[in-house]
Amino acid sequence: MDPLILSRIQFGANISFHILFPAITIALGWMLLFFKLRYNATGDTAWMRAYFTWVKVFALSFAMGVVSGVTMSFQFGTNWPGYMETVGNIAGPLLAYEILTAFFLEAAFLGIMLFGFRRVSNGTHTLATVLVAGGTTLSAFWIIALNSWMQTPVGFEMRNGVAHATDWWAIVFNPSMPYRLVHMLLASGLTVSFLIAGLSALRYLYGDRSESMWKALRTGVFTAAILIPIQIFAGDQHGLNTLEHQPQKIAAMEANWNTGPNVPLVLFALPDEAARENKFEVAIPDGASLILRHSASGVVPGLNDFAGNHPPVFPVFWAFRIMVGTGVLMLVVSWSAAFFLKRRHTLPKPLALVMVPMALSGWLATLAGWYTTEIGRQPWLVTGVLKTVDAVGPVAGSQVALSLAVYLILYALLLIAYLGVLVYLALKAAKDGDTSPLPGVLDAALSQPAAK
Amino acid sequence: MTLDWPTLLPLIFAGLMGLAILIYVILDGFDLGIGILFAAAEDAEQDTMIAAIGPFWDANETWLVLAVGLLLVAFPLAHGTILTALYIPVFLLLVGLILRGVAFDFRAKVPAGRKHRWNRIFFLGSVIASLAQGYMLGIYVLGLDVGLSGMAFGALVALCLAAAYAAMGAAWVIYKTEGELQKKAVLWLRRALVLTALGMVAVSLATPLASPRIFDKWFVWPAMLYLSPLPILSAVLFAWLWRQTFHLPKADDRHALTPFLTLAAIFTLGFAGLAWSFYPFVVPDRLTIWQAASAPESLAIILAGTVVVLPVIIFYSFYAYRVFGGKATDLTYD
Repeated sequence: MDPLILSRIQFGANISFHILFPAITIALGWMLLFFKLRYNATGDTAWMRAYFTWVKVFALSFAMGVVSGVTMSFQFGTNWPGYMETVGNIAGPLLAYEILTAFFLEAAFLGIMLFGFRRVSNGTHTLATVLVAGGTTLSAFWIIALNSWMQTPVGFEMRNGVAHATDWWAIVFNPSMPYRLVHMLLASGLTVSFLIAGLSALRYLYGDRSESMWKALRTGVFTAAILIPIQIFAGDQHGLNTLEHQPQKIAAMEANWNTGPNVPLVLFALPDEAARENKFEVAIPDGASLILRHSASGVVPGLNDFAGNHPPVFPVFWAFRIMVGTGVLMLVVSWSAAFFLKRRHTLPKPLALVMVPMALSGWLATLAGWYTTEIGRQPWLVTGVLKTVDAVGPVAGSQVALSLAVYLILYALLLIAYLGVLVYLALKAAKDGDTSPLPGVLDAALSQPAAK
Repeated sequence: MTLDWPTLLPLIFAGLMGLAILIYVILDGFDLGIGILFAAAEDAEQDTMIAAIGPFWDANETWLVLAVGLLLVAFPLAHGTILTALYIPVFLLLVGLILRGVAFDFRAKVPAGRKHRWNRIFFLGSVIASLAQGYMLGIYVLGLDVGLSGMAFGALVALCLAAAYAAMGAAWVIYKTEGELQKKAVLWLRRALVLTALGMVAVSLATPLASPRIFDKWFVWPAMLYLSPLPILSAVLFAWLWRQTFHLPKADDRHALTPFLTLAAIFTLGFAGLAWSFYPFVVPDRLTIWQAASAPESLAIILAGTVVVLPVIIFYSFYAYRVFGGKATDLTYD
């Protein structure tokens, strides 16, 4: 078996599994801080119940993210030694700064955030929550900086086939970095909003009408309704940035085979790379030209300009459509739910039923978006600098096949267990409602540490 | 050897990486050890043992990320060579760490009936991760040479490192618990010490025998004299700790932390010996730290951050340990 393909599948599987959990923890940390600050301000214990329900989800997601992240840091060496040998001088410091400034911060204060409520003052506990949330966001900053540099590398020079940094500011804030960072942070916010709204809707369907359920539901729905239009705008800006710096990716996303004006917006097609044409195409005339160039006669780059040097069209085209389609669905669902909650102060059952599977819509859109941009970078690992095929290591295909098979089974089982626990926690909260005994801290004055 | 930055930086980073590995082995050593000891503990004891490490394990594992990160960023050539040579054991280590890490959380959140399953997974993950680390150490010591005898030696070191971790775990339990469990932990410690000592002797003998270069570094006069405190001090500490296991726990819980500190000292001595053996090589007898190092300007920018951030990390790590100081109590999210 070909170690290149197997290594790619393995890294893809690993990073796909990994991103599910940071996508939750990045925004959930801030959401927990919001619950806590609302409690501090109002003294309403329903906020704290919401906090205690969701802090468990945070802890579990964090652990899943940590273990799958550790795996990736090893895979650079085990499967892609050519990567660090060529661009290690740039990737290295960025990764090192992530570990030093973000990883340790999160890990050290996570313990206090999760278990330290009775051991430190309320102010310190709030500070620990801020530091953990800040750490996850900082972590995203460094990783996005590195990923964006791989997409749009600047600020370096090649000496003897090895990249050397010349301008660190340009490397960190490379052309696509601000767009990608904003897009990802918003994606995380939407993922968490829909997760909270969806699991709250599940509690609602099981007859839970407790105050903590309503508070979580409203927070999820309103946050989603606010974020989704911002995300659509940010995504559009990101697309225009990609058009400028990686036109071959845009050509693949739009399945546009020939450069020219009056390019239609393809809604459905089966791109055929051998024949270099779209089968069963359904398109809006001039649509792509209008979106990308704001004029029907605007020239849109086509794949013919990048023969032999552009990404595979079919997966990029479809991943992009799945992301956008999910985004539109998010807009419809979150605005309908916001309307009913705001105007009618209720949630129709059919809408709640739709919201439950939508709990995972953020995951779907995030994955589809990352597939678009990462497959869209191929055949390059670092655009114009290093091809994926040149970075793979000398490990035998049979060994990679073995590890890949075990990882896939492990990830599938862990994902099932994870989703099972989410549903279990939601149903348990639904059963307990507002009648369960309050967590110990709420009996005592919150500001007083109980230990020592 | 002139003392300019291109010479000094790889040296500094080799030191930092060594420090990160040592801290990892000591800190995650007791986490993994407690996982191994799960097999010998009752249900209620398992909860207490988890409570003794629950707030710390995540930060402890981060030292591994730092160590492999430093290898990755400071010595990219060595990173590729070592990790591709150790592909399967690294893979097993990761599977073990994944299972161990998620079991921590799952066991506390699944319905009560499923807890046993996750306790077993916690044990299994800890054992796999410990064995894999030991095996990697054994193979590395032999110069990444994987013949059949090399694999057998790797298996021996794997067992001994797992035992050493179990000893660390037991020492931590002695420090963090009281009553019956503490007494039990003293017995665990005594048994684990035997294999730990055997492992250290095996590695100490195999390292010079596998490489003439290392043999010459140790067994020439006067180096032998300067180096003699390493084995002698280790042996004394071992003997003393062994005697202690017949007197612990003491009244008023005096010296509860002593076994842990003694073991940490033994680990440090052993690690110093290894470092002396392999210096200046990062891949045994193949790549020196200077041959494998990144460009000086990249190392400099990492060092600048490290100098500022590392003391802060150590400071707040101490703070976290202090917040959860004293005997372990049940962990709750409030």
